[in-house]
Amino acid sequence: MSGFRLSRGGRIDRAKRLAFEWDGSQHYGYQGDTLASALLANGERILGRSFKYHRPRGVMSAGVEESGALVHLWRGARRIPNAKATQVELIQGLEAFGQNAWPNVRIDVGAVNSLMGRFFGAGFYYKTFMGVLGRQTWEWMFFEKIIRRAAGMGSASKEPDPDHYEIVNDHCDVAVIGSGPAGLAAAETAAQAGLDVVLIEQDFALGGSLLSNVADTVEGDTVEDWQAGRLAGLSSKGGRVWNRTTAFGLYDHGVVGCLERVTDHMVDPHHAIPRERMRILRARRVIMATGALERPIAFGDNDRPGVMLGHAVRTYAERFGVAAGRRIVYAACNDEAYDDAASVAEKGLEVTLLDPREVVPDHLAAMADEAGVRLLKGYVPVEAHGRRGVTGLMIGRHLGGGKARSEREIGCDTIAVSGGWNPAVHLLSHRGVRPVWSDRHLAFLPGDAGREPIHVAGSAAGVPDTEGAALSGRAVAEAALRALGKGGAKSRKAPAACPAGETQPIYEVRVKAPKLKSFVDPQNDVTADDVRLAEREGYVSVEHLKRYTTLGMSTDQGKIGNVIGMALMAEATGKTIPETGTTTFRPPYTPISMGAVAGTERGTHWRPTRRTPMHAAHEKLGGKFVDAGAWKRSWYYPKTGENLTTASMREARIVRDTVGMVDVSTLGKIQVQGPDAAEFLNRVYSNAFAKLPVGKARYGLMLRVDGVVFDDGTTWRLSETEFFMTTTTANAGPVMLHLANLLQTWWPDLRVHISSVSDHWGGVAVAGPKARDVLMDAFEGIDFADQAFPFMGVREGMLKVAGGGTVPARVARLSFSGERAWEVFCPADYCPAMWETLLRKVQAAGGVPYGLEALDILRVEKGHVTARELDGRTTATDCALGGMESKKKSYIGSVLKEREHLTRRDRPTLVGLRPVTEGEQMKAGSILCAQGEVVGDGLGWVSSIADSPVMGERIGLGFVRGGLTQWDGKTILAESPVDGKSVEVKVVSPHFFDPDGGRMHG
Amino acid sequence: MIRIDCPFCGLRDHSEFTYEGDATVQYPALDAPMEDWYEAVFLRENPRGPHREFWRHVGGCGSFLEVVRDTVTHEITEVKLAHPGMAAATGKAAAKTTEKATGGSE
Ligand SMILES: [Zn+2]
Repeated sequence: MSGFRLSRGGRIDRAKRLAFEWDGSQHYGYQGDTLASALLANGERILGRSFKYHRPRGVMSAGVEESGALVHLWRGARRIPNAKATQVELIQGLEAFGQNAWPNVRIDVGAVNSLMGRFFGAGFYYKTFMGVLGRQTWEWMFFEKIIRRAAGMGSASKEPDPDHYEIVNDHCDVAVIGSGPAGLAAAETAAQAGLDVVLIEQDFALGGSLLSNVADTVEGDTVEDWQAGRLAGLSSKGGRVWNRTTAFGLYDHGVVGCLERVTDHMVDPHHAIPRERMRILRARRVIMATGALERPIAFGDNDRPGVMLGHAVRTYAERFGVAAGRRIVYAACNDEAYDDAASVAEKGLEVTLLDPREVVPDHLAAMADEAGVRLLKGYVPVEAHGRRGVTGLMIGRHLGGGKARSEREIGCDTIAVSGGWNPAVHLLSHRGVRPVWSDRHLAFLPGDAGREPIHVAGSAAGVPDTEGAALSGRAVAEAALRALGKGGAKSRKAPAACPAGETQPIYEVRVKAPKLKSFVDPQNDVTADDVRLAEREGYVSVEHLKRYTTLGMSTDQGKIGNVIGMALMAEATGKTIPETGTTTFRPPYTPISMGAVAGTERGTHWRPTRRTPMHAAHEKLGGKFVDAGAWKRSWYYPKTGENLTTASMREARIVRDTVGMVDVSTLGKIQVQGPDAAEFLNRVYSNAFAKLPVGKARYGLMLRVDGVVFDDGTTWRLSETEFFMTTTTANAGPVMLHLANLLQTWWPDLRVHISSVSDHWGGVAVAGPKARDVLMDAFEGIDFADQAFPFMGVREGMLKVAGGGTVPARVARLSFSGERAWEVFCPADYCPAMWETLLRKVQAAGGVPYGLEALDILRVEKGHVTARELDGRTTATDCALGGMESKKKSYIGSVLKEREHLTRRDRPTLVGLRPVTEGEQMKAGSILCAQGEVVGDGLGWVSSIADSPVMGERIGLGFVRGGLTQWDGKTILAESPVDGKSVEVKVVSPHFFDPDGGRMHG
Repeated sequence: MIRIDCPFCGLRDHSEFTYEGDATVQYPALDAPMEDWYEAVFLRENPRGPHREFWRHVGGCGSFLEVVRDTVTHEITEVKLAHPGMAAATGKAAAKTTEKATGGSE
């Protein structure tokens, strides 16, 4: 027990007492508390266990940089790991737990790791387990599991997230990030000039540094009055204030990624409200008033519960009315700490201040004296004492440069450390603007934003004093106004970056003996010795240092340790800090939940579900669907007791025997219109199209520019200037893009217009010996007699629908199944009526509807290719389609298809495959090998298989080096290395069934 | 997220566009020699700095746009319709510069 609630003060509502749970026991806090301030007020010290060594940890900061008080919140599906207690707003009923410890953070068995500290130094895992021991992958994987269990952070719930999230697109003229003095002044100034302003604050309370500087005045006003005045000036002009919202990233062209925590502070939120809201804010100008983060000093056991950042101790006292302890030692190397120490002492606490300087400026000594702070000049902290919480501090005489001679222990329960201030340049770093080292500030300041629409104000810009920050905010707001063409008014000049006082370059305190365990990045358990070890082993670049030691990799992303780590590396290599490197920060500034990134795009909302216009009819028939891209395609229509194989084989057999109908609406459909449409198609397709007569369709094969097959389909000539093109389902989008590209960027002179009409038309194919009987009387104005409607003919007419009336239809005599067949297309809204009408006729003729699986059987039996064969690697010749390609014209791909590699005679080409032994089943994807030569990628592969009713066995299509010419009638092996199966197959012609095409022409 | 000022549709997000490659490539005639086609299809510069490229406003008007984008900063200094006839028809054939890209910082 050391922390306690002060009897008065703080921006908390003492009338609103809140009960919450910490590791199973009930505690109380007040409205306005964070979990950290409430736990401190309750005297709780050990709140977490460290990542590698399981050392006890307590509250270290009062903000986003927290590295000690990482906790679990809530139970079950809503469990949140690694929550920083310093950022958790206290609410009635909050449940919080220690993490990375068993059975709890106070008694943790894993703490045995800390006895093995020397084994867990930098790079230990890699050297030991991947080097000597882990020569085998399995060994590394075995050890890794053990290591991961011993070293770790919190664990997420494995249950689905019960909350929902949303993404909001937003816009503004000026986004101001941070609501401290600079941000408030900037936001008001911009709003008063008539701009649309958003003020973004990650905390639930507005005010930033003002929250812990309650006695200050700003621009002649008290802090509270000044803040209220700026907010009034902002809201009177319609400015928006987003608190509980983190601007976690800056992106191109002024886009600010914001995460709003909407319901976490509500005890019983309405279920319709999202837990978090991702706001994608497009700002014309961005003002960063993001403040600065205090950094510690590394000294012995500087991670003990009770070692905190200096300003944080003041923040707890002033903002939350909480004393971190009764006897507090400020161990500081900068002038600003005097103000903090004085403020804490004025709360009636015993405060000692160590200043490494022998001679201290008079005004500082006077400030300490006046506040009752005991000042020890020429001293630095050497080692914290007290394993489970600070009980004392060994102090030492400062010998210069952080070197010290241990002198004596002073009793204390809290050590408030201040090593200087780092401006929060993170967001500017996201834009690739490198921070610049300032010897005056001993910190990185924001670099020149160049042409980025970003301005930096206040302590983030190296102007830390409150008055200067407010002026800085107003000045950059005026600069933003000028950039937006709203200038004209006299505008102020931004105050130059100037530190609030002197900072001594002390990053680590060292003594001759004993050897100290001094933490640089406490969250990842990286010590000063780890940094030096990395240097000795050659990892001198800061990027290598980070990866070797994990410095800066944890949830605080180096906010505490980066500068110290760099300073130690600089010292070890004999360079300066700027010579050693700069820090690169990447989004997000603080962790964001994956739920917010997904927003509403989860489950079936991940992408659209595409259903054909006849989807409901398939459902009514008990049809099963298969996902094909975003499409739900009708797959098969099982009768009782049937599975995919038996149902699809029955359907395929009936198509060959009588008639069947299949939904082909998923085909891509493109309307090609214009005087030059025929010329355009003639350039796009590898076969001739220029002279295709009106009323005729043609199978077309499209190549990519590099000569490989792109897509196939049929194109129907409806008039001299109008064509109806179909593409494969998968390539509907890519073909449209390809054609648009050609028309807009290659051949803008062609008078052709294309429109995607894939969703406007739905279609069915009616196939089988009785197809003509089914269609004969179905249409007005279309004669289905053989002479009147020959193969590849196209007709337009009216379909007489069941129940009366007609609907417009386009019909072509095409066949994918090898049977006499027609494709009938209707406008999408008429499709259910078309399906119903034709289904009755098909069923009356003894036929059935069939699905994609039967369609596939039928086409494999015919040796027709699909995307399985046209897989982006094969040429037309490979697919036995080379004869179609025109030799009389040039077209897309005609030159590069003649490349040497694409015309080699030993390329794998299309063949048919049948099992040698009855009943044996090859698998699609099997590797085809010559007998006795099962090596490498063999001769080729099996691309498609089908359980063929007409052949009475499983047949396949595949590609074999040398093709039919070399292998016809010979036996090879279909090898499936995945399951070790080997099937002897005979190479045959891919045209298994009705090779001369009599059935479809007849 | 870059933002592109489509001459038809106005300033729109990256997510509405697809990148469609180098706009400086001149594709040869369909019957040009193999070498010309080889060069046009397979060889690309990889410049650091301004780059003239095609973007298609697939989530909007569908137009191919010719965009000059800095490959280092993503700064966009010119946007026009790729089709010269359409560019002329919209009266925005001349170089068009977005405000975002040129605002400059004080
Ligand atoms: Zn557009």
